[in-house]
Amino acid sequence: MFKILAKEVLSDCVYKMVIDAPRIARARKAGQFVVLRIDENGERVPLTICDADAVAGSLTIVFQAVGKSTMQLGQMEPGQSIHDLVGPLGKATHIEKYGTVVCVGGGIGIAPVYPIAQAMRLAGNKVISLIGARTKNLLILEKEMAKVSDELLVATDDGSYSIKGFTSDLLKQVMARGIKVDLAVAIGPVPMMKAMANLTKTYNLKTMVSLNPIMLDATGMCGVCRVTVGGKTQFACVDGPEFDGHLVDFDELQKRLRTYNVQEKTAVEKFQHSPSCIDLAMAAQKQVK
Amino acid sequence: MPKEKIERQKMPEQKPHDRIKNFNEVPFGFPQEIAMKEAQRCLQCKKPACVKGCPVEVAIPEFIKLVAEGKFVEAARKVKSTNALPAVCGRVCPQESQCEKVCIVGKKDKPVAIGSLERFVADFERNTNAVKIPNIAEKKNIKVAVVGSGPAGLTCAGDLALKGYDVTIFEALHKTGGVLVYGIPEFRLPKVIVQAEVNYLTMMGVKVETNMLVGKVATLTELFKEGYKAAFVGTGAGLPMFLNIPGENLIGVLSANEYLTRVNLMKAYLFPEYDTPMVKSKKVAVVGAGNVAMDSARTALRLGAEKVYIVYRRSPEEMPARKEEIHHAQEEGIDFQLLTNPIEVLGKDGCVRGIKCIKMELGAPDESGRRRPIPIKDSEFEIEVDTVVVAIGNGPNPLLLKATPEIELNKWGNINANPETLATTMKGVYAGGDIVTGAATVIEAMGQGKIAARSIDKYLTGG
Ligand SMILES: Cc1cc2nc3c(=O)[nH]c(=O)nc-3n(C[C@H](O)[C@H](O)[C@H](O)COP(=O)(O)OP(=O)(O)OC[C@H]3O[C@@H](n4cnc5c(N)ncnc54)[C@H](O)[C@@H]3O)c2cc1C
Ligand SMILES: Cc1cc2nc3c(=O)[nH]c(=O)nc-3n(C[C@H](O)[C@H](O)[C@H](O)COP(=O)(O)OP(=O)(O)OC[C@H]3O[C@@H](n4cnc5c(N)ncnc54)[C@H](O)[C@@H]3O)c2cc1C
Ligand code: SF4
Ligand code: FES
Repeated sequence: MFKILAKEVLSDCVYKMVIDAPRIARARKAGQFVVLRIDENGERVPLTICDADAVAGSLTIVFQAVGKSTMQLGQMEPGQSIHDLVGPLGKATHIEKYGTVVCVGGGIGIAPVYPIAQAMRLAGNKVISLIGARTKNLLILEKEMAKVSDELLVATDDGSYSIKGFTSDLLKQVMARGIKVDLAVAIGPVPMMKAMANLTKTYNLKTMVSLNPIMLDATGMCGVCRVTVGGKTQFACVDGPEFDGHLVDFDELQKRLRTYNVQEKTAVEKFQHSPSCIDLAMAAQKQVK
Repeated sequence: MPKEKIERQKMPEQKPHDRIKNFNEVPFGFPQEIAMKEAQRCLQCKKPACVKGCPVEVAIPEFIKLVAEGKFVEAARKVKSTNALPAVCGRVCPQESQCEKVCIVGKKDKPVAIGSLERFVADFERNTNAVKIPNIAEKKNIKVAVVGSGPAGLTCAGDLALKGYDVTIFEALHKTGGVLVYGIPEFRLPKVIVQAEVNYLTMMGVKVETNMLVGKVATLTELFKEGYKAAFVGTGAGLPMFLNIPGENLIGVLSANEYLTRVNLMKAYLFPEYDTPMVKSKKVAVVGAGNVAMDSARTALRLGAEKVYIVYRRSPEEMPARKEEIHHAQEEGIDFQLLTNPIEVLGKDGCVRGIKCIKMELGAPDESGRRRPIPIKDSEFEIEVDTVVVAIGNGPNPLLLKATPEIELNKWGNINANPETLATTMKGVYAGGDIVTGAATVIEAMGQGKIAARSIDKYLTGG
């Protein structure tokens, strides 16, 4: 059992939780994730390790309530425990001194990009972070990102906060300054990562993306997380989750993500939650179609 | 006086049309009288061939004699002196190619139902709460790590605990049992039985840590630093193979591992009571003809599929599954498309709509000794399905091995262990089961767990 030590509501239906897990907190590196199971009937849910405190033995996750499991997790309170937690899983991000690194986070994707920005900065890179959300209420971790970045630009789709536009618009602004960027890391919804990869190709800018296919065991045993990268099948849980964005077949990933849409809808409908998160979840399902 | 001839006794079982609607176990097990009657068929051979046929040399005539005398608990103890998992083996061992294959009675008549009797005694002992902890040697206070909780790991842990070692099993998943819990379905091996076997180990003092992926959470080297003096690696053959044909990443193509894990480990057949979803299928093609394929096909029926095919590129004789499973699958109405090879998964809107196959014929034997299947020209045809389950085999689980370069592998990626001792090239590390042999059987994995336990004991006591 893994105790929830603290919880914070970051924005509409986005939660931050600190969980007691000393072993994982010590072993984890940027780019890795955990799989948790809330209770005996729970499914195995992958979530990025957003931050960790090796001394306190705790780790931080940030998640968006998009379906039954994440809604249920969002309702849990400090003092309660999560039944199973395994990690750190996946390959760690390759961190070195590249020079200038642009870290792009879209929506809930800001959570997984945060530890990478942090590690890149620690390794001596100049970090320019570009974060965005659909609307002001959904923007998360702005302060944290500012702390680990040399420069932070923010956009909202609807212009309700900061610059109106997408993270790709922010990147265009940065590139227009003519500075030499050595690496881009882009994490967010699949359409955002696809758009970003298409854009960076025009700049010939190497771009890492972190993929979020459906997972089950997350130990390389079931193959449900397979993605096509450079024409080859890879298992995102063990070969990734990070891959070269210019080689990923995003359309296939997008399609495979809707495998269980009908069932997930049933699960959400049966589950009691705040109406706003259900609306959000239904919108997400439509978007995936 | 010549013995009166007794027919081989049949185990009562659920009728096919009932059982495809539930996940309950198919055979009910022998009633006591029937077990005693079957036991009388054994000739009590002086040089029992059956024992030679058993990878862990169960004292077959001795335990069968005890059954004939009605001493069921004693019989169970007899079996358990060499086989820690009789309730499992009695259910899933391929007896027809091991002990029963060489049974003398089988020369003229049907062999003694050794497997069914083994199952009977184990169930009797468990159901009457007669399970007793064996005598354990004095505690040695030496820590040994066992990685993986499949049959190899469980057996090795049990044997080491008996010898007085302080054993901890590390399991990556949230449940122990390996393939016994995530692969083999409930209707063939009820999970309470596996759980009972694991409980037995914990009663003997074995510690179990689930959610512990060795190689990621901690490496073997780190475990040694934490005070473990030796380790056994039984991480199994958990890497699913795919066909590498077009359309394989369409929605509705699953590896058998995924299909069975969703159902067995995650209980997706009880969705939405359990949170893990399952594909809803009308027509399913399962590619392959081993136990894994039979399990997938029969699971598909129980999940409500109207039509289920087994697609296999060789002929009936080469099907690697246990006879009983093939027989059960046939009774349940699975459609066997043999000498047939899939060449493409056909899709519509990203989902499976069918598979394109080609007919095969058998040519000369290949290096496996089996006749090589050859495609017949212009024999392509399509089968309409919405789900394809790929059950063509599993490779070695690479996760731990990638993090442990000290352990030498062979050209198939399996661990190169000394066949006598099962020592690996890393000091103090032994390995066994599917990770060494490639996908094999429960009893072979157990046999290796035993050998490794003996070697580890020798290594640690300097003997
Ligand atoms: C390696 C990895 C790291 C991840 N890290 C995070 C994280 O840090 N924070 C976070 O909020 N989420 C993260 N995710 C996504 C998260 O796992 C899913 O949102 C979660 O499993 C949904 O479970 P659910 O039961 O609540 O919703 P479900 O009922 O399973 O799904 C509801 C809807 O959510 C969407 N969805 C489902 N699965 C995914 C998925 N894997 N990725 C994206 N959308 C999905 C679909 O639109 C689906 O219809 C990560 C996924 C992976 C694979
Ligand atoms: C569907 C199916 C049906 C089968 N039917 C039969 C049958 O009827 N009869 C028969 O005799 N055989 C059958 N087999 C084969 C048999 O189950 C295997 O040969 C046997 O389970 C191998 O045992 P093992 O202990 O080597 O590995 P496994 O049972 O595979 O167990 C390995 C365990 O190690 C864990 N693990 C892996 N990596 C790590 C790590 N790094 N850290 C911690 N833990 C790890 C895994 O999660 C798993 O629990 C079947 C196999 C399958 C898949
Ligand atoms: S070979 Fe057959 S008859 Fe002989 S001892 Fe074994 S089970 Fe009995
Ligand atoms: S999630 Fe099962 S192989 Fe990656």
